[in-house]
Amino acid sequence: METNTIHTANTLHDEHVHTHAHHHHDDEHHESFITKYVFSQDHKTISRQFLITAMVMAVVAMVMSIVFRLQLAWPGEKFAFIEWVMGDKWGKDGILDPNAYLALVTIHGTIMVFFLLTGGLSGTFSNLLIPYQCGARDMASGFLNMLSYWFFFVSSVIMLVSLFIKDGAASAGWTIYPPLSALPEAIPGSKLGMTLWLVSMTLFVVSSLLGGLNYIVTVINLRTKGMKMTRLPLTIWAFLITAILGVLSFPVLVSCVVLLIMDRSFGTSFYLSDIYIGGRPLDNVGGSPILFEHLFWFLGHPEVYIVLLPALGITSEIISTMSRKPIFGYRAMIGSMLAIGFLSFIVWGHHMYVTGMNPFLGSVFVFTTLLIAIPSAVKAFNYITTLWKGNLQMSPAMLFSIGLVSSFITGGVTGIILADSTLDITYHDTYFVVAHFHIVMGLSAVFGMFAGVYHWFPKLFLRMMNKKLGYLHFWLTFLAAYGVFFPMHFLGTAGVPRRYYTNSAFPMFDDLADINVIITVSAIIGALAQLIFLFNFFYSMFRGEKAPQNPWGSNTLEWTNPVAHIHGNWPGPLPVVHRWPYDYSKPGAEKDFIPQTVPLAEGEADEGGHHH
Amino acid sequence: MSLLYIIAFLLLIIATHQLLRIIELSRSLKKSKEWEVKDSDNDTMGKSLLLFMFLFFGFFFWQMYQWNDKALPPTASEHGEKVDALLEYNFYLIIFVFLVTNTFLFYFAYKYRGRKNQKALYYAHNNKLEMLWTIIPASALAFIITYGLLYWNEITEESKAKDKVLVELYAKQFDWTARFAGKDGKLGSTDYRQISGSNAVGMDTNDVAGNDDILVKNEIYLPVNKEIVLEMRSRDVIHSAFLPHFRAQMNCVPGMVTTFKFKPTKTTEEMRKDPYVINLMKGINAAREKRGEEPIEFDYTLLCNKICGASHYNMGMIIKIVSEKEYNEWISKQKPFKTVAQK
Ligand code: HEM
Ligand SMILES: [Cu+2]
Ligand SMILES: [Cu+2]
Repeated sequence: METNTIHTANTLHDEHVHTHAHHHHDDEHHESFITKYVFSQDHKTISRQFLITAMVMAVVAMVMSIVFRLQLAWPGEKFAFIEWVMGDKWGKDGILDPNAYLALVTIHGTIMVFFLLTGGLSGTFSNLLIPYQCGARDMASGFLNMLSYWFFFVSSVIMLVSLFIKDGAASAGWTIYPPLSALPEAIPGSKLGMTLWLVSMTLFVVSSLLGGLNYIVTVINLRTKGMKMTRLPLTIWAFLITAILGVLSFPVLVSCVVLLIMDRSFGTSFYLSDIYIGGRPLDNVGGSPILFEHLFWFLGHPEVYIVLLPALGITSEIISTMSRKPIFGYRAMIGSMLAIGFLSFIVWGHHMYVTGMNPFLGSVFVFTTLLIAIPSAVKAFNYITTLWKGNLQMSPAMLFSIGLVSSFITGGVTGIILADSTLDITYHDTYFVVAHFHIVMGLSAVFGMFAGVYHWFPKLFLRMMNKKLGYLHFWLTFLAAYGVFFPMHFLGTAGVPRRYYTNSAFPMFDDLADINVIITVSAIIGALAQLIFLFNFFYSMFRGEKAPQNPWGSNTLEWTNPVAHIHGNWPGPLPVVHRWPYDYSKPGAEKDFIPQTVPLAEGEADEGGHHH
Repeated sequence: MSLLYIIAFLLLIIATHQLLRIIELSRSLKKSKEWEVKDSDNDTMGKSLLLFMFLFFGFFFWQMYQWNDKALPPTASEHGEKVDALLEYNFYLIIFVFLVTNTFLFYFAYKYRGRKNQKALYYAHNNKLEMLWTIIPASALAFIITYGLLYWNEITEESKAKDKVLVELYAKQFDWTARFAGKDGKLGSTDYRQISGSNAVGMDTNDVAGNDDILVKNEIYLPVNKEIVLEMRSRDVIHSAFLPHFRAQMNCVPGMVTTFKFKPTKTTEEMRKDPYVINLMKGINAAREKRGEEPIEFDYTLLCNKICGASHYNMGMIIKIVSEKEYNEWISKQKPFKTVAQK
């Protein structure tokens, strides 16, 4: 113990193992329920808090998607389910109200992108794995980390509350373009609902910044002895780059949002000009909605990588471990992530080709956007090569990881079309885009998140999840997911715009009803499949089999500590790292894995050390 | 009735609980590690992944077969020909990449599914290979970028045609108004403060250039083979003028004028005789008949493609492309703004 520098204030005690069986009477920092489970500063607890909050939010967003999918497949039909969920104001006689449709789509998108896949994904796994895999006793600042969660919690609550107010929740799409989002006369959702959305998102950004700064500082400063940057697992690299992207881009969202708040409430004209609405001309002149779009997408594009990179990091780790094989091209993987991270800041204009932005500027964004396809392709090829000549162990986590690689490719290739301004003229804002981003970002990130939960459940809850239910969950989800999102391409090629309450207003879409039915039926199957997951999750949390120390035969540090939630993570001194994390099936070794804590043998080369 | 539900619900819970206890008991008796991945699992899952690949590709080709002829008809504008050609190349390319990489993925997942005595190859990197799959996508992309940008410049550069038709598309919640320049070939200037019931698009009544402007709703005529220059304005929120058949789209943004130019190459009548369109309309009319609706004929449509409020889904206008002669006849029958306003 003395030989170790301990970094965080709250772990300056000699460590002791909390087991359920016996609690020490001489416990120095006897924790109450409140400090242990509610206002906890322990990264493991905070991780679980993020996960469960995000799961609740995701269920809400998923139910929303079922409601509006019913409407899209059978417009005008009456559904008791819609009336039951939406009440008789927005679902009168079981028919969805058009404004409520837009509110549902908006909040669905907002929750999925921000609450599930930003807050939930990074919050859960950065918190769980950064201290564990870096060999740290906790986050750099447990207190800020705790605040990060509680800001997230409050922001989630406000977002949910906004669903129940009189005029309805924000309805301008998750991108909340003004003037629609700025003018209460334009749509009922731009009254109180939009205010709550803006407040909620501002708090969300605070949470995300507190979390992000903590992740960065922890990775930079609190790595254990021997844990060079080139020996970090790719998960940590992914979380680090994600956090940097967040810290650089989220503040821009705040400024974007603050200007919108000013326009809404204080009579400024940042985004408004020459508008006549509600029977009168407005005084605002000189503003431009295009400014909003620039600011929004300066966050918005990095955001899709904030969603994606952690999932890619998780997958890298799982694919390598479960293939019993080093990740192929460790350095190239890091290089690609850095390149993606950098490029993601200079591609935002690809969302704006036909907004009236200067076309020359558009050309520049075509160029940068297609560049980003290169590191993405490298990653996909490297995953596939990692599988080649492996000894693949098909755990549910591995299946979801393979699913991620598939969706990353399948959704990624259509990005090439949308990135090309010439082709985007026809596809912009159609269902082709909806198909593209759901597959490449939605499915990939969700698969990555599921993979992470199955794989690290033993670290989260000290128990194992049920494998057979995991298989069932994977297959139903995987099949349903492609069943939902693949056919959407064909709606897009038929020219169907997104954010349409129904496709029945234009005869040119009359023959697409069966596509919409296939999509909705798949969505319902997919949603029901999540019940299997929820059951498995909560059941295993309390009654699952006790986890062994290293169930998957992994090399990384989180599997070197006892199966317990210990303050400070390791009972004794911190582990010392001697090698990179991917020594799986190394020739000459006895077992098919060599944990990072095992010293190099005489003359043994370390892939993570100097390069040859 | 509700009592019955409650009882059924309770029974379900009890039954589940009992079932779980039995499972748990048998598990602890066997001391099994249920979670452990066995070779039999690897075998089943590896094979399932391969099977999935065939299903997946099968589904893909089935969709292509079923739905490809529901896609937008071949383009009806000059620049659209280039767009479609480039699109086709892109689709071949991405479908190829999609099929090949997914094949490798699922085939490897099957081929290398875990087995007791199988040892994985320790293979950490190969610079040549990685260089190869950096360069190949890079060169494919260079091709795409070059053509894409070439066409993009042509499409977006200012109209140089001498003989063109200038039309303003004015968007508001929730309809479109088209404004034609009239005899003087000039659109009168506008002032949003003058918007009123009889001046719905906010014409500046002090500007005489606007007196002969022509305002039309619901359905407009445009001449074939002439450059159409669209100028877009919006009264309230962002809308988007989407003319999918012409591969044309541009947002309408309050406070600014945006433009898009295109040259229609097929009249509405010609389009109605196109075999692709005939087939497309056959499907549409069959679907309409099933729902007890009247059959319709093909029409070019202008849609709103930027979320703009409750009736965003229902904000359209029909565009008839006709010969120049018909167009002139039609336009001469429309009343200029001045007479309309002073009526
Ligand atoms: C249960 C599965 C899901 C279904 C059935 C579903 C379906 C849909 C549909 C039909 C739309 C409306 C498209 C439009 O009219 O523009 C939509 C919007 C959206 N979805 Fe999903 N989705 C699902 C899961 C997800 C996930 C996992 C994400 C995470 C990225 C996501 C993110 C979004 C976003 C960002 C939007 C756009 C919202 C907007 O237009 O403002 N969805 N979804
Ligand atoms: Cu983007
Ligand atoms: Cu509109």
